[in-house]
Amino acid sequence: MSDDLKTVPKAITGPSTFLDDRLGGANFLKRNLRKIFPDHWSFLLGEIALYSFIILLLTGTFLTFWFKPSMMEIAYDGSYAPLKGVMMSQAYASSLEISFDVRGGLLIRQMHHWAALLFVAGMMVHMLRVFFTGAYRKPRELNWIIGVLLLTLALAEGLTGYSLPDDLLSGAGLRITEGVAISLPLVGTYITFFLFGGEYPGEDVISRFYSLHILLIPGILLALISAHMVLMWVQKHTQMPGKGRDNKNVVGAPFYPAFMLKAGAYFLFTLAVVAGLATFTQINPIWLFGPYTPADVSAGSQPDFYMGFLEGALRIMVPWEINLFGTSHAGTLPLSVIIPALVPMGIIMTGLALYPFLERWVTGDNREHHIADRPRNNPHRTSIGMSAITFYGVLWVLGANDEISAFFHISLNWTTYIGRVLIFVAPALAYLITYRMCLGLQRFDQAVIGHGVESGVIKRLPHGEFIEVHTPVAEDIEAHLRGKEAVPMLPVAEDGAGIPPKGMRGPLGKLRGRMSKAYGGEKIPLDDGHGHGHEEEHAAIESGDDDRSLTH
Amino acid sequence: MTRITAWRRHPLARYAVLIFALALVGMTYTAFAQAGKPADAAMAAGKVDDVAEGKSLFVLHCASCHGMNAQGTTTAPTLIGVGAAAVDFQMSTGRMPAAAPGPQAPRKPQAKWVNEETTRQIAAYVQSLGGGPQVPPAEAVDPKLGDAGKGGELFRANCIQCHNWAGAGGALTQGKYAPNLNSATPQQIYEAMVTGPQAMPVFNDSTITPEEKRSMIAYITQVREQQDPGGFGLGRIGPVTEGLVAWIVGLSALALAAIWITAKKRQKS
Ligand code: HEC
Ligand code: HEC
Ligand code: HEM
Repeated sequence: MSDDLKTVPKAITGPSTFLDDRLGGANFLKRNLRKIFPDHWSFLLGEIALYSFIILLLTGTFLTFWFKPSMMEIAYDGSYAPLKGVMMSQAYASSLEISFDVRGGLLIRQMHHWAALLFVAGMMVHMLRVFFTGAYRKPRELNWIIGVLLLTLALAEGLTGYSLPDDLLSGAGLRITEGVAISLPLVGTYITFFLFGGEYPGEDVISRFYSLHILLIPGILLALISAHMVLMWVQKHTQMPGKGRDNKNVVGAPFYPAFMLKAGAYFLFTLAVVAGLATFTQINPIWLFGPYTPADVSAGSQPDFYMGFLEGALRIMVPWEINLFGTSHAGTLPLSVIIPALVPMGIIMTGLALYPFLERWVTGDNREHHIADRPRNNPHRTSIGMSAITFYGVLWVLGANDEISAFFHISLNWTTYIGRVLIFVAPALAYLITYRMCLGLQRFDQAVIGHGVESGVIKRLPHGEFIEVHTPVAEDIEAHLRGKEAVPMLPVAEDGAGIPPKGMRGPLGKLRGRMSKAYGGEKIPLDDGHGHGHEEEHAAIESGDDDRSLTH
Repeated sequence: MTRITAWRRHPLARYAVLIFALALVGMTYTAFAQAGKPADAAMAAGKVDDVAEGKSLFVLHCASCHGMNAQGTTTAPTLIGVGAAAVDFQMSTGRMPAAAPGPQAPRKPQAKWVNEETTRQIAAYVQSLGGGPQVPPAEAVDPKLGDAGKGGELFRANCIQCHNWAGAGGALTQGKYAPNLNSATPQQIYEAMVTGPQAMPVFNDSTITPEEKRSMIAYITQVREQQDPGGFGLGRIGPVTEGLVAWIVGLSALALAAIWITAKKRQKS
């Protein structure tokens, strides 16, 4: 890096001095421009969501210029021939107008929708990165909670947006929303009438969703995203373990210029991917679906992917229903709707929100953490995460069971039966397999530290034996591996009289103690006293050449 | 007043004209009827031939499943009353003669001996057994004469719960499926509606008039011929493929970009 990049240039110090003289803020600017950002590809995943959101705001604003959130029925008179003369809502007609009669309208609509998918997908992978590296630990729990709120709101934003064009497919989604709302005990009917302004579908729901979709939810999203960014800035980013990195420093590139350049480039990448998808692949072809009428429903009706897991839950649910007090007059509790609508969402969202606190309760770990865990080094956490992904994934796949059945010629009934088994078995399997893999990888690290890495050099010993020469790992990689730290554990050992320590008594305390013992501790110590058998060989190979890399 | 005008004004003139006109109509009619008769007779004769020819083909190729007199067996239903339209549909789509038993006889390439003539002959034979829906005339299935807008509404109301909004097809229970509507000819679409093959219901002329059927054919053919305006159509099955593309193409491209951007040049020492 040349010298002039290391100092803040005139163009920036100039105005900042000007501002400082008046507002006293230049120091702030100077300090923050030099803010250090650690480098790891997975730290950019959150930015997919951020940039998609910016694209959503811009393209969404464009759409509002022509979209009419009205359910008034009109006869279509636009340029899409197969719908000529068909009665439809103004919302649908205006979405068709955007698609066929506004210059660039279809491209922008498609960009909006692709960006919406990438927005949610980006959030999901970002969240998984944070989870598996333990970056949610103190002091970042608040930011984690904000993230969970953002994800929930994004789902709501997607659902409301998806319903706006008032086409047959989104109508099916709306119908399910109504079905879920009305199935709630006691308040169901009131909520539905409130939401739809009367009997379903009513005349109001599109304009209400419109206000939610373009005003309320984006507003909250924007506020929360800003809070998310500010907190991240103030708390600094976590970093991967490595040479010279500890819980008190951050090693990386300064915001200006290095990080800003990368972030800018990444925004352009995101824009390119969204624009590329929107140019070459069709999304949400509402003209094929036709206008919404409650009487029509189509094969292959599916929600956008982020709602797919709810759809899947609904599809594999057994048709249970409880008549209150043994009669349907007193009201029916349609468990077949309530359970799939609320339980998986509840498990996943509450589980996410509570995980940092549960983990702290189990490990008793109250320290601050700024070094990310490598997933293998906390095997139970990683397994729980994989198990949750599998749970979600099974539901998600089953949300498309009709397409799977049609495409692979499997009986639809069988996909349902298999799904009902898989939803319980697959997460358990995922847990076991992941746990084994984590320990295996830990053992691999141990071997690398203990024996070095294979050099590819075969050596013949005087007595004829062939051995492969191992070289010690490069310094930076060794530092990375040695960033490992035992998962903390509560003091659970019983004292001489067989009495567990305070707080570990009583049923809950005992459970906590047992969980802590299972969750915490060092499973495979890095230096396990394995003989350093090829010590003399180590010196044979020059250290410090660069192809002994290990993946991070 | 000339003589002619005087005649024209004669009280009997209007009767004379009427009689003359009637005579003319009568004569024309007879003339046409005479001309038509031999043709009809020839057609009837052809039909008799067709029926006989059809019966022998039937015995050869179909009777093993449907019975010697098409009365049905345990393996296949009776064909009495299914009509020529059913035979034409089943044979022109290659479904019949059926091959391996399965949940549903699929569309497949026709057997070598099956062509327009043999199909017509077997159809005539089956028609002669107990009537049923006839093969529609060409103009009843001409998409150009239909109103696609109207047809689309009917299509959405009656067909898409099985065949999907764009006729992309969909799964039914127990391994059955509604096929996509991309390869059916207008005539086959019409025949499918009037005969209701397998799991598909019958849409007879009182549920959907022939004219409405023609409009639906217009909609189906227009939509399937239309080039997707938004780019690659992803099979026109909606959010499932869209979601896959978002993850497999969109997100992996961005993950690769992230790896590329943050890749360090390893320092040479
Ligand atoms: C391998 C046995 C088999 C053979 C051979 C066979 N069919 Fe069929 N056919 C069936 C079965 C089974 C069905 C019923 C399909 C269903 O409904 O699932 C059927 C149905 C039909 C139908 C539809 C009946 C309806 O109710 O619409 C027609 C028409 C028909 N066959 C005609 C023929 C003709 C013509 C031939 C000879 C060219 C033929 N089949 C040969 C087994 C056979
Ligand atoms: C209950 C579901 C259902 C409905 C509703 C339905 N179909 Fe079908 N359709 C089917 C099934 C199942 C088949 C396959 C039958 C077979 O393979 O013999 C089929 C086959 C067809 C075929 C033949 C396709 C081919 O490639 O050979 C056409 C054309 C067709 N349907 C048109 C329609 C039209 C038009 C409507 C609306 C009026 C309609 N269907 C309504 C289930 C349905
Ligand atoms: C504040 C920013 C936003 C604005 C102003 C906005 C505006 C709009 C408008 C006007 C429509 C209807 C027009 C049409 O579909 O043709 C729409 C549709 C939609 N919006 Fe947004 N939106 C915003 C953010 C979002 C976000 C964050 C998401 C995702 C989670 C999202 C998801 C959708 C979806 C899925 C549709 C349906 C698109 C389609 O028709 O294909 N929007 N949006």
